Amino acid sequence: MIHVQNLVKTFGSFTAVNDVSFHVPAGEIFAFLGPNGAGKTTTIKMLTTLLRPTSGAIQLDGLDPQTHQNEVRKRFGIVFQDPSLDGDLTAWENMQIHAVLYHVPHKTARVRSEELLKLFELWERRNEQVKKFSGGMKRRLEIARGFLHTPRILFLDEPTLGLDPQSRNQLWAHVKRVNEAEKVTVMLTTHYMDEADRVAHRVGVIDHGKLVAQGTPREIKDQTGTESLEDAFLKLTGSSIRDESAGSADMMRQFAKMWGGNRR
Amino acid sequence: MNAIYALWLRSLKLYVRSRAQIIASLGQPMLYLLVLGFGLGPVFQRAGNGNYLQFIAPGIIGMSVLFTSVFSGLGILWDRQFGFLKETLVAPVSRLQIMIGRTLGGATIAVAQGLMVMIICLIAGFRPPNLLSIPIAIGFMVLIAILFSALGVAIGSSLQDMQGFQLIMNFMVLPIYFLSGALFPLKGLNVILKWVTRIDPLAYGIDGMRNVFGSANAAFNPSLDLLVLVVVGIVLLIVGARQFAKIEI
Repeated sequence: MIHVQNLVKTFGSFTAVNDVSFHVPAGEIFAFLGPNGAGKTTTIKMLTTLLRPTSGAIQLDGLDPQTHQNEVRKRFGIVFQDPSLDGDLTAWENMQIHAVLYHVPHKTARVRSEELLKLFELWERRNEQVKKFSGGMKRRLEIARGFLHTPRILFLDEPTLGLDPQSRNQLWAHVKRVNEAEKVTVMLTTHYMDEADRVAHRVGVIDHGKLVAQGTPREIKDQTGTESLEDAFLKLTGSSIRDESAGSADMMRQFAKMWGGNRR
Repeated sequence: MNAIYALWLRSLKLYVRSRAQIIASLGQPMLYLLVLGFGLGPVFQRAGNGNYLQFIAPGIIGMSVLFTSVFSGLGILWDRQFGFLKETLVAPVSRLQIMIGRTLGGATIAVAQGLMVMIICLIAGFRPPNLLSIPIAIGFMVLIAILFSALGVAIGSSLQDMQGFQLIMNFMVLPIYFLSGALFPLKGLNVILKWVTRIDPLAYGIDGMRNVFGSANAAFNPSLDLLVLVVVGIVLLIVGARQFAKIEI
């Protein structure tokens, strides 16, 4: 479903993604793990048509994201690291606007929105503005929305960041359910190794732009001779702390706080 | 339903939901209308220019259309900050459709706001010469609204964050307003001011409305007003679409 061959992305003299190759078969949940600044988000951006690779080949469902941008966009759903809902619209309206943007027929959109909102336990609150939702509810809504156009692939970029353990568990339970029911391929990134261990069929570990290991969680643990995926991860990537320079989105959020950005 | 309609409808929903903002944004034109209209009115009359309220009503209407449309175009900055912009940019629809939807949404809101101010002007004592002049004036409002919405989108697409907002406000929107002849007649100005006001597109919009309302203070030919608004509007739509297509997230 996802084929990546010798993928490279450089920004000036900095190589963010360095000769990465992997393959995710249809219906699999693949966890992409790595310390901050390792190249996870850059890789996802290239897979999701948001960034052009410097070199290398990508195929999603047999299509190149660069040459078949719109076709590829119809085939995947994405939940970004930071929120992308419209807080002034209701949950239902967020779903409907997504349906229009993804050319889902009106009737199908209504039926599927109802199914998904019920599945993600948001149906009762569908007519409330999203800005009144808790962090966990917003995340659930984003994931529900990501499934709305029946994508073949769902990308989840740190979907559980900042959620309490209850919400995290619930969220993964939902994702697993849809993965099994609809055979959606899922590619996710997370910093919670226990989650990756439980949820993912296979994991890939990336560090300094290079893929340093891939396999089932069991295989990775066996390779490194460790008991937990977290230990395996630390053994593979070292235990020094990585500083990621603040991205523009973070800086903007800071600024919004200064301005009393209480719009949502 | 397509993407243009969906984004247009979204703009309207956001507008209707921000009632406090609607009322707040009527405060400023009312202040100008009442304070200047009644405060400067007697001086204006003594200078032999006729009724000041009749004169500034189109100016105040133009001002509210200008502000509302530029702000709604700059709404891109909000959407960028709160993330909704990404949702539209990874969708399988062309950026041009998204840009048109946003621009038309902003323009519609601006016309609605302009209509409300027009009603306030009518209540305050502004009298159009005949009923037919009102729909024609609304036509001018629509042109002003589209032109400045497109400008707002062009600027909003080029800025990275909210920091530029104040700058745009002080060095672009306010000068456009003050130099448009909204508050003073464009006739008999000194040479520098005369040429500066000539390059202000809002001047032609307000002048167009003055022509429609039969004001003795209209400075240009109504067909020139129309031509400038249409041409500059088209140019800004193209610039806006190009800038929007270049956005990176």
